Amino acid sequence: MVWINAAVQGVLLGGLYALFACGLSLIFGVMRVVNLAHGDFAVLAAYLALAVIAAVHVPVLWAVLVAAPLFALVGYAVQRLIIQRSLDISPLTTLLVTFGLSIVIQNALLEVASANSQSLPAGLLTSGALRVSGQLSLGYLSLLIFGTAIVVIVALQMFLARTSMGRQVRAAADDQETASTLGVNVRHVFGIAAALAFATVALAGVAFGMYSSFDPSAGPQRLIFAFEAVVIGGMGSLWGTLAGGVILGVAQVLGSQVDAGFGVLAGHLVFLAVLALRPNGLIPSRSV
Amino acid sequence: MNLATEAGEAVAMIGANGAGKSTLLRTLAGLHRPAAGTIHLEGRDITAMPPHERAAAGIVLVPEGRRLFPSLTLEENLLVGTTPRRRGAWNLARIYELFPWMAARRAMTTVFLSGGEQQAVAIGRALMTNPRVLLLDELSLGLAPTVVQRLYDMLPQLLGAGMAVLLVEQDVTQALRVSGHVHCLLEGRITLSGRPAELKPADVEAAYFGLAHRGGGSG
Repeated sequence: MVWINAAVQGVLLGGLYALFACGLSLIFGVMRVVNLAHGDFAVLAAYLALAVIAAVHVPVLWAVLVAAPLFALVGYAVQRLIIQRSLDISPLTTLLVTFGLSIVIQNALLEVASANSQSLPAGLLTSGALRVSGQLSLGYLSLLIFGTAIVVIVALQMFLARTSMGRQVRAAADDQETASTLGVNVRHVFGIAAALAFATVALAGVAFGMYSSFDPSAGPQRLIFAFEAVVIGGMGSLWGTLAGGVILGVAQVLGSQVDAGFGVLAGHLVFLAVLALRPNGLIPSRSV
Repeated sequence: MNLATEAGEAVAMIGANGAGKSTLLRTLAGLHRPAAGTIHLEGRDITAMPPHERAAAGIVLVPEGRRLFPSLTLEENLLVGTTPRRRGAWNLARIYELFPWMAARRAMTTVFLSGGEQQAVAIGRALMTNPRVLLLDELSLGLAPTVVQRLYDMLPQLLGAGMAVLLVEQDVTQALRVSGHVHCLLEGRITLSGRPAELKPADVEAAYFGLAHRGGGSG
C-alpha cells in the first residue's frame, strides 16, 4: 500500500513537472530554441503572483489570472525583441542569450525581493486532501495541478492541430522559408508560440510556488526537472512531455520511498537510462 | 536584365545549372534581396517587401525540390496556402477536382507520395493562395518525362484564368512547348529572348551553353 501511495503521489507530482516542461517543449519544438531562462521565468511568475497578492489581497488563484496573460505578452516581446534577433545570428547565440536572461532575472529578483525563501499561500488547497482509503489520500493542490497540466496540454495540442494559427506554427516549425512564401508571417507566428509557452510558464511558476518554497536562485534547479521531462518524453512532443513528467515524478517519489535522499537521484538515473537506451525519447514527435 | 510578365502569359527562363534561374525566382518571391534593381507588381514597387507580404500581394513560389511540410497532412499542406486570405477561384474543392487522387489521401502525410504527386501538392498549395503571379521552379526535377508533361498540361487552364506564370526549367523541350515567351539565362544575364516558334534550335543551344554551336548534347 505504501508503494501504491508513493506511485500515485509520483504521478501527481509528474503533472507539475509536465505543466512546467510543456512550455520548454513547445519553444524547442517550434523554434528549436533551448530556453535556459525557462526556470527563472517560472520563479519570476511566482514572485509576480506574490506581488499581486500583496497589492490587492486576492486569493492565489486569482493572481494566476493576472500572471498568465501578462506572461503571454512578455513571451511575445521576448521572442520578437531578443530571441528572434539571436536566432537570426546563429542557434548557438540563442543559448548564450537565454543563459544571459537567466542571470539577469536571478539578480534582478535578488535585488528587488532579497534572497529570503518565499512561498505562495494556497490555504485549504495545501492542507486539504481527498481520502481514498486509510493509506491513500490525494492532496487537493496536487489534483488541481495535475488537472491543469492535462487541460493545458490538451488545449495546446488542439490549438496546434485544429486552428489555422496552429497549422501556421507547425508549417513554420517545419520550414520557415517555404512557409513565408505562402504568406505565413514567421516572426509573428513564433511570437504567438512563445506567448503560449510563457503563459504555461506562469501557470507552472505559480503552481510550483504553492507546492514548495522558492527564492531568486531556484530557477536553474527546476529547469533540470523540465529538461528531464522533455528528454524522457521525446523532444518537442507535448504528449511525450506529459509522459516524461509522470515518469520523472514516479521515479522521484518511489526513490525517496527507498531512501529519503535517493528521490532526486532516482529521477536523474531514469533520465540517464532513457538517454542511453532511447535517445529520441519515449514518444518522439515528427515536429511539434 | 529586364524581365516582365503579364496576366495570361507564361514566360520561361531556361539555362544551365548555376545560370541564376532559381536565384531569380527566389528574389521575386522575396527570399533574397536584389543587389541592385527593382521589382514591381502592377506598378507598385515591392523590392523591399518581405515574402509573406508578397504572397498576400499575389506572388507565390513553387520551390525547387517541392519543400512540402513533412509533419502536416496533405490537406493541411494545401490549407497553409489559405494563410494570405486572398479571394479567388481556388479552394480545396477545386484542387481536388484538378487532382482527383488527392481527396482520398487528404489525411495522410506527404512523405510517402511519389515525386510527381508531391509536385502536384506543391502546385496545389501555391494555387490555394489564389496568386496573380505563379513562380514555378524546376517542376521537372527528378520526375519522369510523362509526369512532367502531365503537370505542364494544366498550364493553359491556369493562364486562361488570368494568372501570369514565370517558370524556370532545365528541360528546354518542355519550356519551349508550354511558354509564350522564352529567355535564355547565362551567368545572370539574358543571352537570348523570343517566342518559341521564332527561335532556332541552334541559337537556343548556343545561348544555353554560352558557346558557339558545336553540336550534340542537350541539358
